[in-house]
Amino acid sequence: MAANAPALTFLALFLPLVAAVFAPFVTRLLGDRAAFVLALAPALAFLHFCTFLPEIAAGEVVTGGYAWAPSFNLSFSWFLDGLSLTFALLITGIGTLIVVYSGGYMKGHEGQGRFLSFMLAFMGAMLGLVVSDSFLMLFVYWELTSITSFLLIGFDHEREAARRAALQALVVTGGGGLCLLAGLVFLWNITGVTQLSLLVHLGDGLRQSPFYLATLLLVLGGAFTKSAQFPFHFWLPNAMEAPTPVSAYLHSATMVKAGVYLLMRLNPVMGHTPAWEILLPFFGGITLIAGSFLAVRQTDLKLMLAYTTMASLGLLTMLTGFGSAHAVEAAVLYLVAHSLFKGALFMVAGTVDHEAGTRDLTRLGGLRAAMPVTFGVALLAALSMGGLPLFFGFLAKEEIYAALAAGNPRAVFFTGLAVIGNALMFAAAFAIALKPFLGPRVETPKHAHEGPVTLWLGPAVLSVLGLLAALFSGTAHRYVSSPMASAITDQKIVIDISTVPHLGLPLLLSLVTVLLGALAFWRLDGLRAFMARALESLGPGPDRGFDHFVSGLVRFSAAVTRLVQPGRLEIYITATFILLAVTLLVPPFAFGELPVMPAWPERILVQEAAFFLIAVVGLVAVLRARDRLTAIVSLGIQGFAVAVIFLLFGAPDLSFTQFMVETLSVVILALVMTRLRLSPRDHRPLGQKLFDGTIATACGLGFTLLLLKSTEAPFDTLLTDFFNTYSKTVAHGANVVNVIIVDFRGTDTLGEIAVVMVTGLAVLALIRVRAGRRAGSGEGQ
Amino acid sequence: MNTLILRTVAPFLTALMLLFSVFVLLRGHNEPGGGFIGGLIAASALAIYGIAFGVPSVRRAIRFHPMAIAGFGLLLATLSGLVSILSGVPFMTGLWVYPVVFEVEVPLSTVMSFDIGVYLVVVGAITSIALALEQDEDPGTEREG
Repeated sequence: MAANAPALTFLALFLPLVAAVFAPFVTRLLGDRAAFVLALAPALAFLHFCTFLPEIAAGEVVTGGYAWAPSFNLSFSWFLDGLSLTFALLITGIGTLIVVYSGGYMKGHEGQGRFLSFMLAFMGAMLGLVVSDSFLMLFVYWELTSITSFLLIGFDHEREAARRAALQALVVTGGGGLCLLAGLVFLWNITGVTQLSLLVHLGDGLRQSPFYLATLLLVLGGAFTKSAQFPFHFWLPNAMEAPTPVSAYLHSATMVKAGVYLLMRLNPVMGHTPAWEILLPFFGGITLIAGSFLAVRQTDLKLMLAYTTMASLGLLTMLTGFGSAHAVEAAVLYLVAHSLFKGALFMVAGTVDHEAGTRDLTRLGGLRAAMPVTFGVALLAALSMGGLPLFFGFLAKEEIYAALAAGNPRAVFFTGLAVIGNALMFAAAFAIALKPFLGPRVETPKHAHEGPVTLWLGPAVLSVLGLLAALFSGTAHRYVSSPMASAITDQKIVIDISTVPHLGLPLLLSLVTVLLGALAFWRLDGLRAFMARALESLGPGPDRGFDHFVSGLVRFSAAVTRLVQPGRLEIYITATFILLAVTLLVPPFAFGELPVMPAWPERILVQEAAFFLIAVVGLVAVLRARDRLTAIVSLGIQGFAVAVIFLLFGAPDLSFTQFMVETLSVVILALVMTRLRLSPRDHRPLGQKLFDGTIATACGLGFTLLLLKSTEAPFDTLLTDFFNTYSKTVAHGANVVNVIIVDFRGTDTLGEIAVVMVTGLAVLALIRVRAGRRAGSGEGQ
Repeated sequence: MNTLILRTVAPFLTALMLLFSVFVLLRGHNEPGGGFIGGLIAASALAIYGIAFGVPSVRRAIRFHPMAIAGFGLLLATLSGLVSILSGVPFMTGLWVYPVVFEVEVPLSTVMSFDIGVYLVVVGAITSIALALEQDEDPGTEREG
């Protein structure tokens, strides 16, 4: 590799993000042609990652990065092996096609620049996610994909449904992200490393840790929400509110696979335990069956695809957790095949919607003459999705059956699930690829005709790739499938399945699948009606539950807010001081740390006694004052007396400041009081006065105890000596207090004066608000 | 507060206190004093002037909005800290020069300009609070735009 490779990879990782920043300007400048220019960013990144193919195929691992906070083991570091490289290529490759497709799909839309910008930002986030080596980087990118997905689902933010779907996706995947963060912290604490590449060899220790199960559940919380596994699947169909390019890219080819990616990444470290091999196939299996049944129930093209995506994700999770290297191989093949055919079919659905004005299966038909290219593309993709020979999907399905059909009861059970799921997905695939195009021409809202090249180029490339990858399976396996499977299992794996069918059990199961699928396709309407009835009898699903959860949360937080933020100053002050008194008084009594009463001083100077008396007189005057103004001034007497006492005991700076603060507080308090237009006297009832007095006394007592206790310990002169020694020699100042303020701890002071300034601004703003309100009401009079 | 005594004394008192505040600020490095205390004295001086002659007089006298003074102080303090970076030493390191003016050596430093910044922030912030509060107390005076 060339010496500048790390810099180039760094650049490639950030290219989509940079393009995202410039997308709105480019769009303003070039209009609808902007997409072609912007597509260069992912295309260049794709080419860059292609250069790693030979190296990775040879079994090497490419790492790089920059240290950020080395003392905390934090770095921006990436790590490319078969798994992350395959993902990186899918993200950038499909990303390039999607950007071009978006240009055609959003043509003339006023928000096109914003859309492309979000799309590219997501691409950057997703790319970062799959190449991340550092845990922190993985988490940050993980959350970034959730946020960009939120922006994209809610792109059409004027519609209520889109806003709800966006928020739902964010809450579900964001909540999962927090689980993942906790899981990563566990991983870090158990193993002591913060990098995925270092984690690989620490699997044994991790699996034996008592916290293994907790870690696993947290990580699964992240992966299952992201990859829409049951029971967190409901956000995915709702996310179809997003424009179709988003559905094709985020919610089928890339983002929803992040969870599967994470599981595959952690398979060598956390896999091969009973918990892993029970939880993953179980939830994956449920998701597969639920998704495939829900898919055939739909008539909306996008919703059908969404549910089959959910089913496919379930299948991938099931295979990843199955526990054999063979199953991992199947998962790898299926993942790649799925990204190709599902991305293509989504784009086809978008094109049909764009050209015909509807994507409802029952209102579409006979478009084959109007849209021949789209029909051809859809057919190619459906053949791969249905798993028919000559297509990459066929290889994947053969491998799935070969891996699952191991003979024991567990294998038989999961084989059954896979057959049912695949058969239903077969039916859905052909419903999408055939129904809109065959049969008599149905009148559509728009007069349908073939879309522009931008709209069919993307799906065409993807579906043809699905064919080529199978025909040249040797090359595909050498550069993509085998390195990826090796990375997931942490052992050298060579995949050699080709399109030539081998007689045997897998082929038989394939045949059964196709027959069942064809039957389901033939009886699709009946199946749909049956599913509708079945679902009705099941009652409301998790989607409704989510609404209840959110509204409950809002009610709960409103109640808590009303409780702790009643908006009355007295309550805040009372609460603060009660807490202060408790903090000061409870520990000395609870831990028996009461200070020893100091001995009465032998000699008290007259002036000390005099100022002490003045302070006491000031306090008595406060308590006996007839009106508030007198009380404030009397409080000043007490403050001045304390300032003099500071002076007498050798703290001139402190006393000086105390004088000035006292003066200004009296002035400002007096001013505030007149502004608040309080009644001049204190009208609190006696009981309230006693209560407030008790709190005040308790606080005073607490501080007395604290001060006595802290002067009890021998005085540590380390700092005093340091400052006395160096104040003059290093900082050229004799006044240690000031030297500390402006020199030794100057940065603190800078922060403090910034706070002073901001406080001033806040006070001004508060006064203005009141003054404005009064002026407004005054005008009416 | 419209008393003859206060009105007569206030200008002298304010002038003296302002002078004293600068004195306290500058001597702060070697004897009791410094930017915080000096700023508080100056703020009190302006508050007294405001009580005697009303807020508009103070605002005219200090020319700038007190918040602008505080902002300038914060800027000055920050820049004083940044100078050291330009000289290749860490942020907030004190730098000293000793020019000789009329045969007297005058020590000047970034620490001093930092302290002046502190002084200005304190004067500005407290004065703007005090003035805003005083202003509303007296409905006869004009309201700032």
